This record gives sequence, structure tokens and C-alpha cells, in this order.
Amino acid sequence: MTLPIITPASTPYEHLGKDAPLGKKLAASLSTRIGRAAVIVVCLLWTVPTFGLLVSSFRPENDIKTTGWWTFFTHPAVTLQNYRDVLSSSGGNADNFGKYFLNTVRITLPATFIPIVIAALAAYALAWMSFKGRDWVFVGVVALMVVPIQMAMVPLLRLLNLGGHLTISGHTYTIFPNLDINSSVVSVWIAHTCFALPLAIFLLKNFIQALPKDLIEAARIDGASHLTVFLKVVLPLAVPALASLAIFQFLWVWNDFLVGKVFGPSDLKPMTWKLNDLVGSKGQDWQRLTAGAFVSMIVPLGVFFSLQRYFVRGLTAGAVKG
Amino acid sequence: MGDLVATFGTALAGIAIFLLVLLGIYFVTGFLPGRSKERGRVAVFLGPAVLFLLIGLLIPAIRTIFLSLYTNKGDALDVNKYVGLSNYRKIFGDKATRMVLLNNLWWVILGTGFSVGVGLAVARIADQMKGERVWKSLIFLPTAISMVGAGIIWRFVYNKSPDPAHEFGLLNAVVTKVGASPRIWLLQQQNYVPGAPHLNTVLLIVIFIWIQAGFCTTVLSAAVKGVPDSLKEAASIDGATDLQAFRKVTIPYIMPTIVAVSTTTIIAVLKVFDIIQSTTGGNFNTDVLANEMYDKTYPQNQPGYGAALAVIIFAVVVPVVIVNLRSQRRAREIA
Repeated sequence: MTLPIITPASTPYEHLGKDAPLGKKLAASLSTRIGRAAVIVVCLLWTVPTFGLLVSSFRPENDIKTTGWWTFFTHPAVTLQNYRDVLSSSGGNADNFGKYFLNTVRITLPATFIPIVIAALAAYALAWMSFKGRDWVFVGVVALMVVPIQMAMVPLLRLLNLGGHLTISGHTYTIFPNLDINSSVVSVWIAHTCFALPLAIFLLKNFIQALPKDLIEAARIDGASHLTVFLKVVLPLAVPALASLAIFQFLWVWNDFLVGKVFGPSDLKPMTWKLNDLVGSKGQDWQRLTAGAFVSMIVPLGVFFSLQRYFVRGLTAGAVKG
Repeated sequence: MGDLVATFGTALAGIAIFLLVLLGIYFVTGFLPGRSKERGRVAVFLGPAVLFLLIGLLIPAIRTIFLSLYTNKGDALDVNKYVGLSNYRKIFGDKATRMVLLNNLWWVILGTGFSVGVGLAVARIADQMKGERVWKSLIFLPTAISMVGAGIIWRFVYNKSPDPAHEFGLLNAVVTKVGASPRIWLLQQQNYVPGAPHLNTVLLIVIFIWIQAGFCTTVLSAAVKGVPDSLKEAASIDGATDLQAFRKVTIPYIMPTIVAVSTTTIIAVLKVFDIIQSTTGGNFNTDVLANEMYDKTYPQNQPGYGAALAVIIFAVVVPVVIVNLRSQRRAREIA
């Protein structure tokens, strides 16, 4: 799970050895240089759209709608009005992004924490508790990674919305309570938890199973209960895997649009929903789109820059998010 | 301020209640005798996961399969008329939906091909380059942005101003500079090469590649660095050029990673929804399966038809994941 150590740059034709002919060396050096220049160009091109949006978000409305963001460098004019506009909560035309920002926080924190706790518990059971059918349960979990969200979305929404009822010979039994999703964010948490679990259990089980066997067995022989072993031995050792998974899940939920749109009560929709709504209703208010997009991107970008290493680890390990 | 307290209050309360319930059950199982106690403990550890997977994935997925065989008109929450495979027949028979399927095929081919291609090229060339981390982070950055945000970023690139003297879309500015006339890019439904996808679909796929290439670069780069030096040295002693060594040594060595990255990308492509929603909304012949599934199910209230589309996504994803798992298992056996 550790990242490769990056070694200092070597000269491009070093590998050809001392005895290679000069012409070959030069040709190899030239092609390497062209390749590297191309990479730099591609990487810069990749940044241009985001950079353009960032610059735009600080330009006055009239400037945004009449000139390209690159004109900023010849005719600089800076304003915070766009941000004030999208964040404002008063007036009929208010976008109130602050509220949606908080909605996203309200959705994201539990929807990150809960699946990881459940997955860690399950991973421990699958790795270190012995019971019948253990391997089959694990195979079943892995198989569920194949189910796309679209496949489960409609029936799950129905279940959370209306509850589960079973009618047998005239009697109706409630097997699942009606969670009244129109007023509660719980259904969004549940949906995110369900969709996150297969991958999370898969990754954590593999990690926890690889922990030293002696350590866990010794603790068990000393009379420690499963809960004690889990809390005092396994969890501390699994911190790197848990951290990667948490960052991965956090970004996934923060940036999610579909689950929030379908499961979120109208008053508790996430920021991505508001942003998309803005495209539809105020698509020509470019200045609002720029600022709104950046407000929604601030947290993911912060996480990205400060925790990139763990994020990379999470991505590298979790190549199959269902 | 009150909002903030309420927000974290709700979040923390949710987490706290959840943990307390678990602890409570664990405590209760402590009173059970002998073997039932051990079973009770297993239930506490494994129970929540199994419960969530059953109610959230397994049962709904099975229900969706049934739903796809039922009437495609009526209330989204009340379907009852069995229609057999007619939803599927409609999907494959309808010209508009065939367009959607064809679009999806192009998304898979171009979106996956270019994301993995760019990723592999950058991973190889940037390897051991000066400032490698910085360059790779630039290409990786869009991965952290939501697809809705990305859609907005690219609206600015593709935009056409109503006033040609004040073009502020980047693409039109470039096009005007080289003497061509500006266009409304996302309305361009022509294909310049017969059989090729529509231009606007290609432009939407570009957004996806922009998001996904960073992921491919990052994972492939880790794999490229994992190739043992001894292998590369052996190739170079045998007189192989850099490119030959890459093709004959590195690529076969990292093949399992390439397969894994490709399958992940294919799955991501098949679920593309946000990009479409925040740009064209599926209009102008740019629709794809996942978006069509949503539109049919909710705004158009045809849950049976939508379920059939979901089943089709599922049917495409299954073999892709199986190939991935097989390739990974083979790699583990070799290692």
C-alpha cells in the first residue's frame, strides 16, 4: 500500500550505457525532450479550463459576459460581488449557497463515517471471526460490487419512502418503517451507505486479514473480547486503510449529484443539485455559475491538495467503485 | 451560526445514535449463554453490513429486474401490469433509444480509450521527469471536482456569445483567431466522418476524458514505477531502445493494472449522468443510458422502461467486472 519513492531525475540517455554511439544517444535525448515538452503542454492545457473559471469568478458581471477571462490580464478588474450574490440568503433572487453548503456537510459527514464503521466491523468479522458460511458471505459482498446505483435506486427509494409492508391473507405487516424522506436527511445517509459498502468491505477485509495473526490470536488467548481486539488492536493498525477510504468516500459523497437529487428531501438537497439547478434556471447568469461552482469546489480542492497522498492510495486500491 | 450548530448537531446525532445502538446490541449479546453468545457477536459485527446490503442493493436489484417486465405507464410507485419483454423490445426497436445506445458505445470507446491512452503516455513520459509530482497533480486535479462543476467549467469553454464581437467562450475565441466562424458547439449534431459520433457528443466525451485521465495517470504511474529495475536494465543491455523496452517489458508487466484502470473507466462511463445533466440535459442527440434511465423513471414517469434501461447497464457492467477480477486473480497467481 505504500507509494513508490520517486528517485531523482536521471539523464535521458543514461540507460543506453557508455558505449552507445553518439548519434543514437542524441536521437534518444531529443525524442525524450520532445515527449517531456508534450507532457508539460498537456498538463498546462488540462489546467486552463479550471483556471479560467477561477479568474472569471472574480470578474465583474459585465466583463464576464462581454470578454473572455484572458482579457483579465490586460484589463484587470476584481470584484467579490459574484460570491456575495451566490452566498446571499435574502431577497427573492437569492441563491443561498451557504445553506446548500451546509446541506452537503450534513449529508457528507455521516455518509462517510457510517459506511466505514459498518464496513470495518464486517471486515473484522469476515477476517477474524469463525462462523459457518464466512467465505460465502464475502463472495456475496464482492458480487454486489457489480450492481450499479441505477439498478437499486428506484426500489430503494420506494422502500425508504413508503416503508416495507407484507400482506399475508388479509393482514398487512410492516417489516420496514416509513422513514418519511420528505423531511429527513437519513434516507440520503442510508442510500450512500448501501452503495459504499461492497467496495469498503472488500478493501478493509483484505487489509485487516493481512495484519499479523500472532498479535490478534495472542490478544484473544489473553481473554480479550472481540470488541476489545477490534478497538484496541485492529483499528489502530488499520488507520492507513481507513484514512484512504474515508477521503475517497468523503470526496465521492461531496461531489455526488445523483443520490442527493433522488434521495434528498427538497429542502436538504446538496450543493451539486443547487449548482445544476442554477444552470437550468439562471444559465445566462454566468457570474453566478462561476462563483457557485467555486464555492462547491473549495472543500474537495482543499482535501485534494492537503491529503493527495492518501487520496491517491485510496484510488489506487479502490479501482472498482460500484 | 445557528445553522452551523444544527448541521453538525444533526450529523453528530446521527452518528452517535448509530454507535449507541450497535453497542447496546453488543452488550445484550454478552448475556447470552455459550455458543449463542459467539453467534450473537458475529451478528453484531456482520449484521449491519448484511442488513444494509440486503435492503439497499440485493433486494432492490432483484426488484428492478421484475420492474423491467411491468407496465411502463402509471405511477412510479405503483406498477402492476405485466408486459413481458416489451420494454426491452421498445428500447432496441425505437430509433431514438438506438441513438442513445450508439452514443453510449462511443462514450465507452472514445472515453475509455483516450483516458487510458493519455494516462499511459503521461505516466511513462513524466516518469523521473523534473517536477513530476507537480505535472501529475495538474492533470489529476479535475478528479477532485464534481462532474456538475466540471460541466459548468466546460460550458465556459464551449459557450457561444449572442454577440459575435464579444466572444467569451475559449473554443470560439480560438476558432475565431484562426479565421473560422464561431459556433454553438453543443448543438453541432453533424458528424464529419461517416459513421463517427456527432460532434457535440465528442465534445461531451472530452469533458469526461478531462476528469478521468488524471485517475488513469495516477494509478498507471504507480504501476510503471513498480516495474523492477532489473527487468528494464536487462532490456537495455540487450540493446532495446526506450520505446521497445516500454512495449515489450513495461506494458506486459503492468497489464493487470491497465485492465483494472480500463474496467473502472468503462464502469464510470456507463454511469455518466451528471455531465449530461449540467450541459445538454440529453437534448440534441447527446443522450446516454444513465441519463435516459433517470429521465424515463422520474420526469417521464415510466418506471418499467427506466428499470429495463438499468438492467441493460447492469448487463454490460457484469462481464466487464468479471474480466477485471479474472485478470487480477491471474496476476496474483503469477506473483
